[in-house]
Amino acid sequence: MAKVEIESLSKRYGENFVVKDLSIDIPQGEFLVLLGPSGCGKTTTLRMIAGFVEPSAGRILLAGRDVTTLPPWKRNTGLVFQSYALFPHLSVEENVAFGLEMRKVSPAERRAAVAEALRLVRLEGFGARLPRQLSGGQQQRVALARALAFRPDVLLLDEPLSNLDAKLREEVRVEIRELQQKLGLTTVMVTHDQDEALSMADRLVVMAQGEARQIGTQRDLYERPADRFVAGFVGRSNFLDGGAAPDGLFLSTGGLRIACASRARGKGILALRPEAVSVGPEAACLDNSFEGVVEYISYLGSVLDVRVRLSPQDRIIVQIANRSGEVLPKMGDTLKIGWPATAGRVFPEEGVSR
Amino acid sequence: MLQRSWRRLALDAAALASLAFILVPLVFVTWLAFFKQEIPSFPPEGYTLHWFSSMLTQKAIIDGFVMSAEVGVVATLVGLALGVPAALGLVRYTSWWGGAASTLLLMPLVVPAIVLGTAIYVAEVEAEILVYGFGIETPVIGTIGGLIAAHALIVLPWVVRLVTASLIGFDRSIEEAAQNLGATPVVTLRRITLPVIRPGVVAAALFAFVISFSNLELSLFLVGAGRTTLPIAILQYLEWKIDPTIAAASVVQIAIIAAAMLITDRFVKLTQVV
Repeated sequence: MAKVEIESLSKRYGENFVVKDLSIDIPQGEFLVLLGPSGCGKTTTLRMIAGFVEPSAGRILLAGRDVTTLPPWKRNTGLVFQSYALFPHLSVEENVAFGLEMRKVSPAERRAAVAEALRLVRLEGFGARLPRQLSGGQQQRVALARALAFRPDVLLLDEPLSNLDAKLREEVRVEIRELQQKLGLTTVMVTHDQDEALSMADRLVVMAQGEARQIGTQRDLYERPADRFVAGFVGRSNFLDGGAAPDGLFLSTGGLRIACASRARGKGILALRPEAVSVGPEAACLDNSFEGVVEYISYLGSVLDVRVRLSPQDRIIVQIANRSGEVLPKMGDTLKIGWPATAGRVFPEEGVSR
Repeated sequence: MLQRSWRRLALDAAALASLAFILVPLVFVTWLAFFKQEIPSFPPEGYTLHWFSSMLTQKAIIDGFVMSAEVGVVATLVGLALGVPAALGLVRYTSWWGGAASTLLLMPLVVPAIVLGTAIYVAEVEAEILVYGFGIETPVIGTIGGLIAAHALIVLPWVVRLVTASLIGFDRSIEEAAQNLGATPVVTLRRITLPVIRPGVVAAALFAFVISFSNLELSLFLVGAGRTTLPIAILQYLEWKIDPTIAAASVVQIAIIAAAMLITDRFVKLTQVV
């Protein structure tokens, strides 16, 4: 396993940038997740690392070696496909041995490596089966073993869990993460599922419209989102339109004067996490304290999502813990809510400047 | 409920009628091959295996059989060598000429075989004159090479169609997986693509052989003196005699084709590809 360096990588079809000026250094052993909505360029980035898409500009280095112009079969990356892409006419063992065979590894070593890879994914004894005789989860593990058996420089995962059912998905998540940590695998995973991304990654790249909007750890993204898109895509946020006034004040279009720590100027958007908002008497002593009318309630079991209208234009969703014995708000109730100045983040309006 | 069983009955009857329509000629030819009398008439005067041994003494039929087998095998190989890459190309690299190429490859099916035979014959004459013009005196008309080339032409549409059909559902990510694991495109084709589409290729080979083996119209124009294919040998025999020797030869031909299908079916389920 080795480090991966991506230097100002771009992919352009005509005038249209699918990936634009992307630079990331992935140290050895890091689990990096490319997260973004479909069409954001994350899969194209992965396919450029694997060599299936030729970059329009930029460089890719694997273990210090410039592979930008090398074809896929000379790159030494281990790719796990969304569809698993197992060879249907070969047994599990032959599938896993394929990469070793291509590298002219002796039969004895090959057998040992295949057995080891199958042991790692807990599929000992399945070697003689054909892929179609396995369940989806097992096929997924064969694909993983096949990508690992020949010791690639980097493991690439293309939405590897999207074809599994929800319960299995959570198990396999943990399994892949543990395996990755145990073997110290440098890994790049592509996903649009933020839970998956947050639970597996060391570091994440949030992508939109071909650009990396933010690169950082889960905490960086959640607590210090770089822009409105990240604030909305990672976790949930309330957004209030308005403009930043001097002295750390934000004036919403609905007329609220909100204290915030931001020094931004001009038209902007205030983002606020639902769980940062306090409800009830303790709200009164916070920097921002408002009264609003309960418009909508979603009962989610352990918590309630409550939408509160603060002004005709300003609505905020707050989360209320569902503790036993407490009186829960009803539609039409008047509710006191508040939050500290540090909880709100102001972003310039999308598209104006970033 | 009653209505459903009626429909079911009607369907069964229609299926039975179609099956009978297909099978009756086969049954009669086979039956006829064992009739005792020389001029086929009903009812049979008795049964004999004489016509099968009589067939074996007919040099023209035996030679025709060998010739048809040779031409069939070689034309099939040529058809596969051209048709499999053509199908791969058509499915993979469609561009503005893809549709045109696809239509062109199916043309031999559209042109009546008798017209095609004439056209190829004329082309062979022209080719011989052209080659002669360069000072090379080599025969083209009536050669086995010319015959094989013509047969390759008529089997090509079948090969392309059947291989294309097996490529339609082909998941291309398995080819990418092979390349990701270190296989070059050539190795990928040999180790992954061809084995996976093998049922389609085997079916294509079988069809190609059967079509070449039973072709009459095209061969009529292209065989040389004293070298005829089985269908032509049968036709020529019929011009002089109508005894059941011909029926016996047909039974052998049917048996060979049926055997080919049964053997193929052991490797690939024909119902899945055709």
